[in-house]
Amino acid sequence: MREIRFHGRGGQGAVTAAQILADAVFREGKYSQAFPFFGAERRGAPVMAFARIDDRPIRVRSHVYEPDYVVVLDPTLLEVVKVTEGMREGGILIVNTERNPEDIACETCSKVATVDATTIALDILGVPITNTAILGAFAKATGEVKIETVLDSIRRMSPAKPEENARAAERAYSETKVLEV
Amino acid sequence: MPEVRVMSGNMSAAYGAKISGVEVIAAYPITPQTTIVEYLSQFVSNGELKAKYIKVESEHSAMSACIGASATGARTFTATSSQGLALMHEMVVVAASMRLPIVMAVVNRTLAAPINIWCDYSDVMFERDSGWIQIFCENNQEVLDTIVQAYRISESKEVMLPTMVNLDGFTLSHTYEPVEIPDEDEVRDFLPPYEPEYKLDVDNPMTLGPLVTPDYTMEFKYRMEEGMEAARKEIPKAQEEFHKLFGRKYDVLDGYMLEDAEYVLVTMGALSGTAKETVDELRKEGKKVGILRIRVFRPFPREEIRELLREREAIGVIDRAHSYGSRPPVYLEVRDSLYGEETLVNSYVSGIGGRDIRTDEIKWIFKDMEDSSKKKEERMHWIGLRR
Repeated sequence: MREIRFHGRGGQGAVTAAQILADAVFREGKYSQAFPFFGAERRGAPVMAFARIDDRPIRVRSHVYEPDYVVVLDPTLLEVVKVTEGMREGGILIVNTERNPEDIACETCSKVATVDATTIALDILGVPITNTAILGAFAKATGEVKIETVLDSIRRMSPAKPEENARAAERAYSETKVLEV
Repeated sequence: MPEVRVMSGNMSAAYGAKISGVEVIAAYPITPQTTIVEYLSQFVSNGELKAKYIKVESEHSAMSACIGASATGARTFTATSSQGLALMHEMVVVAASMRLPIVMAVVNRTLAAPINIWCDYSDVMFERDSGWIQIFCENNQEVLDTIVQAYRISESKEVMLPTMVNLDGFTLSHTYEPVEIPDEDEVRDFLPPYEPEYKLDVDNPMTLGPLVTPDYTMEFKYRMEEGMEAARKEIPKAQEEFHKLFGRKYDVLDGYMLEDAEYVLVTMGALSGTAKETVDELRKEGKKVGILRIRVFRPFPREEIRELLREREAIGVIDRAHSYGSRPPVYLEVRDSLYGEETLVNSYVSGIGGRDIRTDEIKWIFKDMEDSSKKKEERMHWIGLRR
């Protein structure tokens, strides 16, 4: 089983990102689960969402404490949340940032991937909602799911602008920089 | 062909009601309501579901409208949660006493104060004695399937009691996972249209639920108990036929690695999945441990539990609610089922107000059961409590 933790801020769509990923993974024949950790919901506050991927039905229901993959939707979170907490040895960290992967610290990671998802989202969607772009980076960095399947799930599940959201993910996929640590 | 979709527990509940062919939905669409009624309102407005959707001004009114609708012979559905169920309470009891086969999805969340929106069973445990059949689900597929089964059970002429289908707040309600939606045509074979023996009808007037003197009230109430006894037979029948038609097997009690288990943990709801994973881990270490999940809580399967649990080293019961000044509710019932047996029964209050339950906690519980069995002492714990 692979476990994923998404860090975002309220309004960026971390919860929807986890749901879209679960849908895409299932379409490729694996089992999946996605769920949010809600605090007192408000725009801008740090939020988390979780996902699990496995070859057999998933029964465990607790939060994800030892993620294989960590996805960060907002660069400012790196200063306020310890996003790599509990990360498994050999895990992959995927961050929305203008910076290069060399500039992001992760001791237990096998790979660090960065993409400027905010610029991509602003260019294509006109709003800094980075959840669909970051899924493109996830597909590139982890190889867990094909980008075509992700685009298909985005088109079907985006609450608004399905084509634009798919384009954002596609562009992020091609612009993601991956560093082997 | 049945369709499989990755969807939330809330959406699963809405689809369960839709494919059951509900004719009236009455709901109050504000916190602590869930998206269950939003999805149903969409189904009705886009013509996918031919039903009357009644938007009311409170949960009390929602159940009142359901009672009226069900009394006219309509297949009726509603959903609620937490404070909403508490506000509805007066009419919840009326629905059962009037013998109306309403089905309600209850998204289990704690009751204030403090204000907390997360899962535990303190909301539904207040309805324990209301006369509703109560079923607790482990996953979203079970939520959908159980709603379909619930109409079949509730509408059985010998039963005629409403059913609450419980799903854990957030842990199921907001969790997305693959769920198969059966074909509506196949569901019609399992669940034919509702044909009540008695109903409100302008051409054939009658009164339902009027004033009854002490002379007859006891008989009315006793017949509710007979309805529950009939449900003991109807529930397995419905589950068996559902299995034949749709291939998914459900039982009143769901045992996991039970056969040679010396230490058995009794659970309900979604945390049972985490508990089963933990059992797999402990079995690899040679521990003889198992899980007994109570799926049907009302009518309570006392005899079955006694048979399954009497010759074990120790039993642990997880409760996600407490009866202040006494012992927690599920513990009390399991203890009662084992009255007169030597079996040790421990109580573990856990997951109150949405406190996460991990495999570590379940392992701790099994270790505590082993230890208490050596010392021959029954134990009561609140798991993970800071003092």
